[in-house]
Amino acid sequence: MSELKVPTMAEMMASGQQPDVLFWVGCAGSFDDRAKKITRAFVKILNNVGVNFAVLGTEESCTGDPAKRAGNEFLFQMQAMGNIQVLNAYEIKSIVTTCPHCFNTLKNEYPELGGDYAVKHHSQFLQELINEGKLSIEGGAFKGKKITFHDPCYLGRANDVYEAPRTLIEKLDAELVEMKRCKSKGLCCGAGGAQMFKEAEKGDKEINIERTEDAMEVKPDVIATGCPFCMTMMTDGVKLKEKEAEVKVFDLAELIAEAKDL
Amino acid sequence: MNISIIVFIALIVVAAGLFAKNVKTIIRNIKLGKDLDRNDRKGERLNLMARVAMGQSKMQARPVVGILHFIVYAGFIIINIEVLEIVLDGILGTHRLFSPLGSLYTVLISTFEILALLVLVSCVIFLIRRNILRIKRFFSPEMEGWPKTDANLILIAEVLLMSAFLIMNAVDAQLQVLGSEHYTKVASFPISGLLEGVFASASESSLILLERGLWWFHIIGIFAFLNYLPYSKHFHILLAFPNVFYSKLEPKGQLPNMAAVKKEVELMFDPNADPYAAPPEPVGEPERFGAKDVTDLNWKQLMDAYTCTECGRCTDVCPANQTGKALSPRKILMDTRDRLEEVGKGIDKNGKDYDDGKSLLRDYIKEEELLACTSCNACTEACPVNNDPLSVIVDLRQYLIMEESKAPAEWTGIFTNIENNGAPWQFAQADRLKWKDED
Repeated sequence: MSELKVPTMAEMMASGQQPDVLFWVGCAGSFDDRAKKITRAFVKILNNVGVNFAVLGTEESCTGDPAKRAGNEFLFQMQAMGNIQVLNAYEIKSIVTTCPHCFNTLKNEYPELGGDYAVKHHSQFLQELINEGKLSIEGGAFKGKKITFHDPCYLGRANDVYEAPRTLIEKLDAELVEMKRCKSKGLCCGAGGAQMFKEAEKGDKEINIERTEDAMEVKPDVIATGCPFCMTMMTDGVKLKEKEAEVKVFDLAELIAEAKDL
Repeated sequence: MNISIIVFIALIVVAAGLFAKNVKTIIRNIKLGKDLDRNDRKGERLNLMARVAMGQSKMQARPVVGILHFIVYAGFIIINIEVLEIVLDGILGTHRLFSPLGSLYTVLISTFEILALLVLVSCVIFLIRRNILRIKRFFSPEMEGWPKTDANLILIAEVLLMSAFLIMNAVDAQLQVLGSEHYTKVASFPISGLLEGVFASASESSLILLERGLWWFHIIGIFAFLNYLPYSKHFHILLAFPNVFYSKLEPKGQLPNMAAVKKEVELMFDPNADPYAAPPEPVGEPERFGAKDVTDLNWKQLMDAYTCTECGRCTDVCPANQTGKALSPRKILMDTRDRLEEVGKGIDKNGKDYDDGKSLLRDYIKEEELLACTSCNACTEACPVNNDPLSVIVDLRQYLIMEESKAPAEWTGIFTNIENNGAPWQFAQADRLKWKDED
């Protein structure tokens, strides 16, 4: 087991340091067993590159996204203002997160409530590291593999980020294959709008199955995504189709960490 | 003054008056919505309107229909120059007033005729798509009855109007050949000219009767069509432009923060606030959280409903709808319009404070529909006129949760967890960094 260096803001503050960027882990990244692997993969990259970052650790709390989408504006704003107090007290200027839902909320909905930060999704952050020459990827494990990217709604349509994830996949020397419904026409995995946390309404199919079938159509080796909730949905879909031996579901950070053998 | 001129002018006055009255009602209805400021970033808005409304950029996502629709749109706009001539002829008692334009007139007439034929063909293709090919998105439950009839009536009306226009020209051309009085030799007719032989054996008087008959049919048809618009989904030909102009410009994922809630939460976070202070006297009616009825929505959401042309692109890409759930974003906006019309009629009959005891929520839109939404924005992305059905869904959800505390049990659970331990799951906040030491 590799030792991760994960400084908290409290530790940074105590030693009089300020990080360049705050890594907002998110609830899924903190608690969901599958998503924790994404968190660790991303931190491995950050450590490898030597990024000066910190996390809030136990001072982090839900951004309020699921509450807001469910219709509980009061709870959302309570969460938002609580988080903003913490972030502003630490004088945070820049945030990176591996969760598109946190990304959207922090970037778009916090400013009006007093929390104005430069917020990036980890795909954008990693692309910048590559552009700046700080991170290099040699094909490695995924060279020549067929990878399809499932656009998370809150990254793609919600915030028009389509290219950064694809650039990363291409850097792996992998073959990027697009599903019929991709980018702005990408089909939701079924988790957004707080659906993740309840049974689906009555219907004739689960949305994640529909989406998994989209992915299977292009016969990929890997389904890549950039959202811990899409991860759950797509992984479940692949399992239900009994394809987990042939098709793996990975987050972009995991692909890069794996390619770099971190 | 000639009797036909008097009849014609009377017709214009009635048609315009009736149309103005109906449009005024629609504007009044839209203004029943709550305030919303969409007057910022004018340049950006104009640009968007040029691209999405005038350029129909989002229609081109489906190129075949996109092109056919563009033809009908271009035809509609350009053939209006011909309608102007017809109206002026009617008022002045002239025939083909613009014909002294000479070769330019030939160009105009040729353009009108070619467009008229293209519009006619497009509308026939549209009718085939709806009634013979039976494209799936035109057959959702919300399309049964009037919406289906409405769509067919519009297409049939356009086919009839274009046919009348072309046949009228063909008869006119024959009268010109006969050297009939008033039918001065003008431009050649590239399309109707093909029908030349058809009327060769007809007498001059019957040709004049036919030409006049078609002329009146064409213009009365246009006036009737104009007055049909306010009752039809076809009103989008007017509202698409302002509707796109007033689009939401923020990123699609951004939902507005409710101002009333913000005030309360700020007070709770203010260390200087006196916890025992009497709450300030509320000014006016207390604001309702979220939307129960159409009057709780903002004016733009109501304008969306009147702009919706029921094409179903939203429903066609909705993940919930595509997997058999009750939600259809198109139905959300159709219900909003139907309910708004009902509220408007109630006000017309019984005064502005009339309450019929019904509401958009439950009488029109069921909870099951609202709860199926994943907020994925596929509907807003697909809408060719930038409607935002998602915003209506979220507002109705807010009413359910914040006014009625009516949430599915699992959601009540996540609310409690977020409140208690800062995550939708029941994990202690103190454990948030445990991932660091696991593998």
